[in-house]
Amino acid sequence: MSTLDDRPANPAIGEVRPNKRGGVAALIQSPVAIRLGALLILAIGLSLLHLSGRVFWQGLVINLGIFMILVLSLNLASGFTGVFSLGHIGFMALGAYGSAILTLPLAKKADYLPNLPAWLASIHFDFYLGPFPLGFLLATLLAAGLVAGVALLVGLVLMRLSGHFVAVATLGFLVIVRVILFNADNFTRGSRTFSNVTPYTGLWWVWFWAILTLYVVWRLKYSAYGRAMLAQREDALAAQAVGLAIMPPRLLAFVVSAFFTAVAGSLYAHFITSFSPTVFYFDLTFRVITMLIVGGLGSVSGSVLGTVVIIALAEALRRLEDVTLLYGMSQITLAVIFIVIILFRPNGLLGRREIVLARLFRKGGEPSP
Amino acid sequence: MLKIADLHVYYGSIRALNGISFQVNEGELVALIGSNGAGKSTTLKTISGLLRPRQGIVLYEDADITRTAPDRIVALGISHCPEGRRIFGGLTVRENLRLGAVQRRQGADMAADMDWVLSLFPILKERLSQSGGTLSGGEQQMLAIGRALMSRPKLLLLDEPSLGLAPLVVEHIFQIIRQLKQQGKTILLVEQNVHQALDAADRVYVIETGQITLTGTPDELKHNPQVEQSYLGR
Amino acid sequence: MTLVYYAIQQTVNALSIGSLYALMAVGLAMVFSILRLINFAHGDLMMVAAYLAAFALFANLPLGLAVVLIIIGTVIVGLLMERIAYRPIRGAPDVATLLTSLAVGQILQNGMLLTTRFLGQPIQIAFPTPDVLNGVVAFGSITVPRLNVVSLVIGLIALVSLSFFVTRTVPGLSMRAAAEDLTAAQLMGININRVIALAFAIGSGLAAIAGLLFAVQAGQINPYMGFTPVLKAFIAAVIGGFGSIAGAVVGGFVLGALEVILTALPGIGDILPPGMVSPSTQALLQQWLPSSLTGYRDAFVFAALILMLLFRPNGILGQPNREEMR
Ligand SMILES: Nc1ncnc2c1ncn2[C@@H]1O[C@H](COP(=O)(O)OP(=O)(O)OP(=O)(O)O)[C@@H](O)[C@H]1O
Ligand SMILES: [Mg+2]
Repeated sequence: MSTLDDRPANPAIGEVRPNKRGGVAALIQSPVAIRLGALLILAIGLSLLHLSGRVFWQGLVINLGIFMILVLSLNLASGFTGVFSLGHIGFMALGAYGSAILTLPLAKKADYLPNLPAWLASIHFDFYLGPFPLGFLLATLLAAGLVAGVALLVGLVLMRLSGHFVAVATLGFLVIVRVILFNADNFTRGSRTFSNVTPYTGLWWVWFWAILTLYVVWRLKYSAYGRAMLAQREDALAAQAVGLAIMPPRLLAFVVSAFFTAVAGSLYAHFITSFSPTVFYFDLTFRVITMLIVGGLGSVSGSVLGTVVIIALAEALRRLEDVTLLYGMSQITLAVIFIVIILFRPNGLLGRREIVLARLFRKGGEPSP
Repeated sequence: MLKIADLHVYYGSIRALNGISFQVNEGELVALIGSNGAGKSTTLKTISGLLRPRQGIVLYEDADITRTAPDRIVALGISHCPEGRRIFGGLTVRENLRLGAVQRRQGADMAADMDWVLSLFPILKERLSQSGGTLSGGEQQMLAIGRALMSRPKLLLLDEPSLGLAPLVVEHIFQIIRQLKQQGKTILLVEQNVHQALDAADRVYVIETGQITLTGTPDELKHNPQVEQSYLGR
Repeated sequence: MTLVYYAIQQTVNALSIGSLYALMAVGLAMVFSILRLINFAHGDLMMVAAYLAAFALFANLPLGLAVVLIIIGTVIVGLLMERIAYRPIRGAPDVATLLTSLAVGQILQNGMLLTTRFLGQPIQIAFPTPDVLNGVVAFGSITVPRLNVVSLVIGLIALVSLSFFVTRTVPGLSMRAAAEDLTAAQLMGININRVIALAFAIGSGLAAIAGLLFAVQAGQINPYMGFTPVLKAFIAAVIGGFGSIAGAVVGGFVLGALEVILTALPGIGDILPPGMVSPSTQALLQQWLPSSLTGYRDAFVFAALILMLLFRPNGILGQPNREEMR
């Protein structure tokens, strides 16, 4: 089956250890407090970045957030269920185009996409609730919901395949999406650039969704469903022998993962503001997979780590490329790193372990699990 | 001819052999018996180079072959007829036999070997153009042994040649094994059919959970109470 | 008459495309059958060959010499790929090997990108088609593009030689044995490293031929040109029952036919000669098979792939039984 790792999962992850110490120490060391603290630090960091007005760094951190959503989602679909999807960027593309069409103001729409069917031409999600772009939120949810529906259909088909064949069939899905985007001129402008998208996406939007994705993926991993997913990943045959009981968890993982991938697409569309179908293809797919594998299939914190490492590395390499003019060198380096990781650390940097914040705070002397 | 010393073999972290030592002299028929999972097949796979031991040594004609590649080991004159026959079901009987001699050039002596193998197993002659997968279990076993002989081995490793065969066919296979011994082949035979193995062998080793626990001539072992109870079912 | 003419041209077209897919699919199938590796970088070998061809032709090498050099060069790249990337991960889980092949593809693509920059060439190069491949061949009153005929003939020659090789020679026999049971093949004394290298070498050689013909057909080349063909070749291999060489050939031709039909059908209502079908049928055709569907061809092809994987994963020749493939 499609596991990169056949060790059993670490059962000690995420359990809440009874804390024997009292008072302030207990409060500081309680997982909830630590999580809230981490969120607070993130919020302060984002505020500072926001206020600093450094556009380059803001862009980088927005990118980081978007990729984090993509990698976490792919992790949910592939890492936990063992059903490796190479087609997720197709969901991202649908999310991007879907929400971009929805948020386009009426006037621009008539001008820009004159051949839209009437029902679509008349809806527009460019409204605000006070200063809050409610329309953007709704458009994102709507687009992602539709994509989740598509994923349900796709998933029903794919879940019946296994191993190699899933990978290839999902790649087939990616190609199908691309062909449709190129040919459905009335909706997507075909191969022409789709621009004029309102730049709604900012630091706060991206990181709100990134944290939500992180939370959902984490919760799913340690839910009963998550255990079912892992169980069937460990032993697909045994799980199949039990019957179609493996379908719901796999399908749930796939659909939820497609939903968030589409959200990432929407965020991307309203960040970059102009794009074409060529963006959503193999290079991006490979980039996301690299982050996933470097972090470790099946580890939530690994996905976060992998994303950060690869974004940083890619950015550094890109600058080096600009200096040396060796365009292509950065991709080659990343691919080599990818192969080296598969060879020497086939379970990624973290394998299936997790970095648990609470454990970092724990004082010495306590046995670590 | 073959000398094995202190072999430790692992599958990942699972230990299959725990310090096995024994030897096979030229012209001997040595039987290795033991219950399921004792490590018999693992021993043969290690000798033929499919598995690398973590510790220990395999000497063949005084040369260290512990880390030699399987194809080199065949060239040195060891032929391993694996458990479950493993014939190439999509290839014809003739092609299967040809592959047994894959390291040799086509020539007159190969035709002679083919004739010799077919004289040992006349039934195969009628099946030469049939694909291996269509043969009966007994015929497949004959093909597997015949194929192993095509490389002109000096030492033949046989892994459970009687597995899943009717008594009459088992009888026939063992006749062939005796015949091969008479023709001067050295044979290391792994068997669960202890009666037959004891009847045919010169010497016997008993292997249990990765270790040799008993050794002796068939007569000695036949009267060993432990063997009687565990393997002869008396 | 014109319709017959049209049909013949399309048939030749289908056969020539089919032989290209067959050449590619065979390479994929050979490697898969032995190693259970889906080598996505196989398409990039085709790309490498196309570039080598372009460079050789720019350098005005004689065509025959150029072809030999292209094949040798591509085979070397294929062998390096096996030695450096695939041999170390042999035996790793399916997904790990598949992802490795994606990474290898990335390296080849970007390596070629670097090379073209280094040589001061643009990313997209117009392919310098040799004159012998231009023009048409006339069979009586029917003419077909020479390229199509050449593709078909070369493809058939390569495939017949391959079939001779795998059925009549000892290395070919060893390869089939290794594909059936790698361990048993080792016990026969087959050097599996050599057999695997041989499979890569042959696959690369066939990919080189396909790459050259494909480049001529497309008229231009770029570092990413191998991606779609390798997916198509994969479809061809799946249609034929993955891992079987004969199946890959059949699948290649079936896919070629399917593509030509899918290209020819949309808009057929517009080009049918008057009086051929009733006006109402013609209107139906125009409504349901508009020429605007042509662009969706690949979507239909890939949908067919997915259906194939679902319902006949062992190929059109194999058993309609899913369990075996798991
Ligand atoms: N591929 C493998 N992976 C992991 N463990 C294995 C593998 N092959 C064998 N083993 C284990 O090694 C031990 C020895 O196996 P081996 O096949 O040598 O036994 P055997 O004596 O030949 O048994 P049998 O009579 O059933 O053929 C067993 O415990 C078995 O479970
Ligand atoms: Mg055994």
